[in-house]
Amino acid sequence: MKPVIALFFLCLLPWTAHAAGGHGVTLDKAGIDLQDTESLKRGAEIFVQRCLSCHSAHFMRYNRVGTDLGLSVEEVKARLIAGAAKPGDTMQSGMPAAYANQAFGVTPPDLTLSARLRGADWLYTYLRSFYSDEARPFGVNNVVFKDVGMPNVFWREQGQQQGQFVTVKNGENESKALEGLKLVQPGTLTPEQFDAMIRDLVGFMVYMAEPAQLERKSLGIWVLAFIALFTFVMFLLKREYWRDVK
Amino acid sequence: MPDNGVNTSRRRFLTGAATVIGGVGAGFVAVPFLSSFQPSARAQAAGAPVEVDVSKLAPGQMVTVEWRGKPVYVVHRTPAMLESLPGQDGHLRDPQSKESIQPEDARNEARAVKPEYLIVVGICTHLGCAPTYRPDVAPADLGAEWKGGFFCPCHGSRFDMAGRVYKSVPAPTNLEVPPYTYLSDTVVLIGAEEGAAS
Amino acid sequence: MIAKLYRWVDDRLPVSHFWNAHLAQYYVPKNFNLWYFFGSLALLVFAVQILSGIWLTMNYKPSATEAFASVEYIMRDVEWGWLIRYMHSTGASMFFVVVYLHMLRGMMYGSYKNPRELVWIFGMLIYLVLMAEAFMGYLLPWGQMSYWGAQVIISLFGSIPFIGEELALWIRGDYVVSDVTLNRFFALHVIALPLVLIFLVGGHIMALHEVGSNNPEGVDIKKHKDAEGRPLDGVPFHPYYTVKDLFGVGVFLFVFALILFYLPEMGGYFLEKPNFEPANPMKTPEHIAPVWYFTPFYAILRAVPDKFLGVVAMGGAIFVLFLLPWLDRNPVRSIRYRSTAFKALLAMFVVSFVVLGWLGTQPATGLLTLLAQFFTLLYFGYFAALWYVSGREKTKPVPERITR
Repeated sequence: MKPVIALFFLCLLPWTAHAAGGHGVTLDKAGIDLQDTESLKRGAEIFVQRCLSCHSAHFMRYNRVGTDLGLSVEEVKARLIAGAAKPGDTMQSGMPAAYANQAFGVTPPDLTLSARLRGADWLYTYLRSFYSDEARPFGVNNVVFKDVGMPNVFWREQGQQQGQFVTVKNGENESKALEGLKLVQPGTLTPEQFDAMIRDLVGFMVYMAEPAQLERKSLGIWVLAFIALFTFVMFLLKREYWRDVK
Repeated sequence: MPDNGVNTSRRRFLTGAATVIGGVGAGFVAVPFLSSFQPSARAQAAGAPVEVDVSKLAPGQMVTVEWRGKPVYVVHRTPAMLESLPGQDGHLRDPQSKESIQPEDARNEARAVKPEYLIVVGICTHLGCAPTYRPDVAPADLGAEWKGGFFCPCHGSRFDMAGRVYKSVPAPTNLEVPPYTYLSDTVVLIGAEEGAAS
Repeated sequence: MIAKLYRWVDDRLPVSHFWNAHLAQYYVPKNFNLWYFFGSLALLVFAVQILSGIWLTMNYKPSATEAFASVEYIMRDVEWGWLIRYMHSTGASMFFVVVYLHMLRGMMYGSYKNPRELVWIFGMLIYLVLMAEAFMGYLLPWGQMSYWGAQVIISLFGSIPFIGEELALWIRGDYVVSDVTLNRFFALHVIALPLVLIFLVGGHIMALHEVGSNNPEGVDIKKHKDAEGRPLDGVPFHPYYTVKDLFGVGVFLFVFALILFYLPEMGGYFLEKPNFEPANPMKTPEHIAPVWYFTPFYAILRAVPDKFLGVVAMGGAIFVLFLLPWLDRNPVRSIRYRSTAFKALLAMFVVSFVVLGWLGTQPATGLLTLLAQFFTLLYFGYFAALWYVSGREKTKPVPERITR
């Protein structure tokens, strides 16, 4: 039996290894809190004002945001809906796909599930990692998504960042490697305020990727408690019957 | 197995407790499975109240709008059509709409909040066909008595210009009037539950 | 009144006969340990999968244009849809967790040996069909990983000489994985394979109950019976093992709910991240890995440099398990009375299976491929060495009766 138990722990090893692996770029921790409803509401507003002009969230209904975050239908209409959409509609971008394709070279992806696809930390880092690059059509490049087709929509708030490069020798070849970013022109927000703004937005996107998670996590405790009770009674019953067996 | 020293009452109690908890648990599990049959958020959004602008409707004209997947007829009635209504009472099964479904504010002779605009669910109360709108008076196929109204092609049920059912046709009650409210003079919100309450 | 009705039915249907034959008078060794929970748990997960699966089909759309959206519809718009979907996705992984532990139990205590060879064969067939079932089910969400996973696995058939390409085309019903493939996988996943599974599970249990259960000691309880013909070291399945298994069910459900409510993605192992993007036949994800329960075999496939031989190795890795009852020539069943060599071999097998499973999730880079090749050799080495060792190993004396 003993080696078997040791093997069981061996089985767990690869899990930890997997958690450590991942992207080449170190991602900043988003540190979002889904219990912070006010932050999610602010994030929702940023999302509909800034992201929805080009992207859609095909699977997210406005009124679902309202019920989950505690906004009335009137508040949803006032704070989240800009166009002719009804509260029960899903969040559709106003931009026609063909136009977007022409303007950006790609159709802006649907954002409903991007937090599940990329992860909160990725989104948080990505949205804060644009830097000036004259070679790109919009004059910016991104650290975590090289040559991305998207402009820095938050340049007013964030200001302008410049890449800090170091020269790397790779045998005969020399190449430039990005070492870090430096704020060269401040925006309307301080870096701390800007980070908080992006955290609100990412928090909303994490919620949007799986709205059921709010209910899931609060319900889970009760389900586990009930199963624990069931198991305890079954344990007593089992022990009672097995008194017979010698 | 030998039954010496068996605590039968404890055994019976624990078995009972386990059965109860297991049964309650099965009940809990049944809840999500059964509730998933409820209309989904999409169905609810699709069944949300519909706004109709009636200002563009010419007198005598009808439009069909979809609400909760059902056709809703909106008719702009002419004064002549409204005048024809009181004379029909003797031929009708439920002239006062006592047995029929309509919101309180449309339980009147015209069966409407504003008499000019009739709003009814376009589903025959007999077996669910869609009656056709026949505003023409005394056409050849419906007879000289026809004062305009709705005719169901499936089983020949006849309704007057207020959707009230005639006697001796299969349909038992008048066409259903859905709840609706006027958001402004010319915009109606069909399906708004506030209309039913007021 | 109810008693009378029961008698009426029982005269016409073998209710009490079935109850006695398989539960109340079916004698089971009294010394089952933790490892013996996984059989009944597999049955439980099977039931969970059928129930949640039926409910998922009520809202799922097996079409390339609608499948992905219909899954999100279930996750968001259908009341409690998320719970039912997570039951199914968690259930799929937990099915394999339980089945792998159940199989390891069989290998530890020699449950595949005479007279239970057929029980093992039925079990292996269940495992095989279960893999097909899981593979086809994984295509249905129509995410990037669903699509490209299916593309890669079906292409494997293409490497079979002469008929391969035709065969792959026939499986897909199209030149790439498409709507047609999705539609037929749906049919197979929701009705054809579950029916086959039900029959195989029936066969597995019938074959088991014909010869009786093995136990951690590997002794035969039917050798020593009392005056009334009841095995002295056995207890009736009901009530003793029904209450014991129900306790196991409780513990298992606790773990199941913990995953379902707090870790449904299991860090990308149960629900892979690329699958949150709809299938795009024009763009392959950077790194394709099958779901964790297939990765040991996937690692073996990639470890072999030749495409066709890789497929042969992968198929062989599964097929060789069928031969276990005949490869293990030692009549002693339980690991408790076998040689250190056997224990070391089995440990080596488990380690190589787990390491291969991990390697299958990783990109196939130089060092990792070397590792995969090494552990593939160990995997197959187990079976070769088992045949050799079991023929000449020194075992400890097996007791006549169950004493511990």
